[in-house]
This record gives sequence, structure tokens and C-alpha cells, in this order.
Amino acid sequence: MYTVADLKKGLKVTLDGAPYLVTAFDFVKPGKGQALYRTKMKNMINGTILDRTYRSGETFEPASLEERQMEYLYKEGTHYTFMDQQTYEQVVMEEEAMGDAKNYLLENLKVDVLLYGEKAIGVSLPNFVNLRVQQTDPWAKGDTSGNDSKPATVETGYVLRVPPFIEEGELITIDTRTGEYSTRVKG
Amino acid sequence: MNSAKRSNNLKLRAKILQSIRMFFQQHDFLEVETPLLLAANAPEEYINPVAAGSHYLQTSPELCMKRLLCRGHERIFQISHCWRQSERGRHHLPEFTMLEWYRSNCDYRQLMEDCQELLNHLAPLCSPATAEYFASPITTLTVHEAFSRYGETTVHDALLNDTFDEIMATRIEPTLIRTPLILMDYPAEKGALARLKQDQPACAERFELYAGGIELANAFSELNDPEEQRRRFDAANQVRLTQGEQRLPMPDKFLSELATLPPSAGIAFGIDRLVMLLAGAANLDEVVAFTPEEL
Repeated sequence: MYTVADLKKGLKVTLDGAPYLVTAFDFVKPGKGQALYRTKMKNMINGTILDRTYRSGETFEPASLEERQMEYLYKEGTHYTFMDQQTYEQVVMEEEAMGDAKNYLLENLKVDVLLYGEKAIGVSLPNFVNLRVQQTDPWAKGDTSGNDSKPATVETGYVLRVPPFIEEGELITIDTRTGEYSTRVKG
Repeated sequence: MNSAKRSNNLKLRAKILQSIRMFFQQHDFLEVETPLLLAANAPEEYINPVAAGSHYLQTSPELCMKRLLCRGHERIFQISHCWRQSERGRHHLPEFTMLEWYRSNCDYRQLMEDCQELLNHLAPLCSPATAEYFASPITTLTVHEAFSRYGETTVHDALLNDTFDEIMATRIEPTLIRTPLILMDYPAEKGALARLKQDQPACAERFELYAGGIELANAFSELNDPEEQRRRFDAANQVRLTQGEQRLPMPDKFLSELATLPPSAGIAFGIDRLVMLLAGAANLDEVVAFTPEEL
């Protein structure tokens, strides 16, 4: 059990049966008065934000969250399926819970799935993934127009800006934290 | 945090302390030093002293300062460190610096004038916008007015529902920004060591000074009835027990001298918060040499 002394940004607790992330915390004590622990909490499943003020002596149940490495299998409509390679258990995640991760998912990509009980509520990707460029305008050698990047679509359908020398069919490394082109994969 | 910024803050802090001393010298106050290690602090519901062996570090120099008034000193001030357990936040440090000053044969209204003069005296040390704020006239508001204006409930109901502190902290204090402000005449239940108003015994002669929405100082006309004071200390200990806190020892020597205290008024002023506001810093960490986490 957590106490008010444990409250801080980033702490994950269970409130009303759902996992909440503490996004803001302030210790307040009016002169001669009781200590008040003011928090903003974000529901990790539906994103609702709550303002709650606590007093000394209150306790909190930690959120029973688990992170498990899983493999991305496939997508059907807005449902993304992942499989635990140890147990062969499969979980399905909704597209809206995926955030930007959906831009970088390749079959068999190993990711960390955040589970609340049996429910998949978040996914973390490796910092860098390699994806093939499916479509981009060819580079005209000798092009002195001064453009230092051009749009390209990779195999997941994600569109990003790449340097002018990147051709269709090439493998590029994307930084999943920023969504930006990182480097060209040689060989 | 930016170490150059912090160095500059420490330089400003030194100037502020010097300027405060000069202010009190000009007003004929005697600077005193009283022991930091005490047999007993004033027992309070929500302040937990730090124990040191069989003694306690002071949570405030208040009791010794009042005993000095009993001995005939009329205008005294002290800048010292105070310790309060488990108080840590943007505006709290478990060890902090407090300025306290006391006047005998005065009541809390004289202290309001002192606050105005002190802020005006310090204003030139800040940047122009901050200086203008601290040079401006302090506005006053009673606790009852504050509750009816911003509290969405009455003081009476808030005390009944035990939401007084929460309403102060979440609804009232954040509005006290436009000018430095004195919030005055607290209900007797929140009077602590303050004398009750003769014409309105439900109210205590207590005020708090706010600047930038932050509580800077707590002041009152001093209670000098030892029986009433002992009763309040006992009541505070009762509340502590119901909260699962320890009973605190009675400051007997203070209580035995209290009957000889002339009508007086005293004020406790947070120096770290004052420096934070004058420096335009975001929190106390930026204006102290070391935070407890850095030790």
C-alpha cells in the first residue's frame, strides 16, 4: 500500500478499479492547518483526468500493471493482436490505445505490452525500427533546388520526411520516439 | 537547476537579510538569539517537531521570544532556523528560516503596519515589476469575507465539515494575488496562540500576510492567559491523538511565565518564501544553499 508520503509524479495507483498515473503533485499546508496532498491523476485506460486532494493517513493501492514482451502478429480493422512467445497467449489492443506505435508495427516485431490485469492498455516499441520505403519520388542527381528532404511512405503506411537520396525499396531506420528518419540501413 | 541563477539568488538572499536587519535597527528593535534545542515546543495539531535526543528542535522561537517580553524587552526580533517534520514541497522545507518579531504594549494592528513598511523597505532590491508589487499598499480581507467571496460556503460550515484548510488552500489562497494582502480575524477555533477579539469572541486577533498567493507570515495579538493557553495546548494534543500522532510535552516554564506577559503582538515570517518572491524564483529550492535532498 502506498501512503501520501509516496505520492509523486509518475506513481501508478488503482482508483475506483482502474489504473491511474499521477501526472502532477503538490504538497500544500496552510499555516497552522493540515497537510494536503493535491494530485492530478490520469486514467491509463480512457485518459480521463481527475483532481484529487488527499490528507495524511490516506493510503493507495498500487496499480497492478505488468509489462510483458510480446510479438506483433497482425491487424484486423482497428484491432491489433500481440502474442506472448512464452505462453502463446494472445492479447488484442484497440487502435486508439496504440498511439503512434501503429506507425511502426511490422509482423513479428518484439514490443513491450503494458497490461492491467488481462487488458492491454499500452505498448512500448524499441527506440529504433527498420522499415522499407514503399513510395517516394526519385532523386534527380544534380537537383540544385535546395530541398533537404522529401516525403516518403514506408511499408506500414506511415509517411515521413527523408533525405533526397533515399530511393524506393531502401531500408531506413526510424526513431520511434520522435517519428523521424534516423539513418539509411546499408547492405 | 541553473547554478549561476542559484548563485545570484544567494547573493540577493544575503542583501535581503542585511536589509531586514537594517529595517529593525532603524525601528529600535533588539536582535536576539534563543536556543534551538528545547524541552518543549508549543503543542500544535498539525506541526510535528523533530526530536533530538530527549529534546526537540524548535518549530518556532515563539515561546522563548515571549518569555523575553515577560522580562521587559519591548521590541525584539530573531532570524533563525526552524524544523518541522515531513513538510516538503514547492513552498515547504523541513528545515527553513524564520523571521519573528514581537512588540509589547501593542496589538496585531501595529504588526500590519510593520509588514507594510518592511515590504516597502525591501522593494528596491527587486526587479522593477516585483518592486512595484511589493511597494503597493497591502489590501485587507477578513476570513469571513474571503469565504463568502471565494469559498462557496460559510466559515461555520467549513469548520463543521473539516474543510476549512482545504477551502483556504484550494479556493481562497490562489486568489490572493493582485496585491500583497492581509487575511484577518480567523475563527477562534483557528486561533492557536492568539487572543480572542473582545467584542467578537468567536474571532481571534490573528492575520496572515499573503503575496503572490503564497502565505508569507502569521501574526497575532498574543494570548496571555495561562489557563486558556494550557487548555488550547491540551485540545491540540487531543486532536493529535485522534490522528494517530504522539502527544507532545507541555511547555511548563513558558506557561508559568505567561501571566506576566504584557499585552503584546508577534509575527512569524517565512524568509525562504520572501526571498523566493523577491527573486522571482519558482520554488524554495532555488533560493537556499542546499535542499535536504542535496545533503
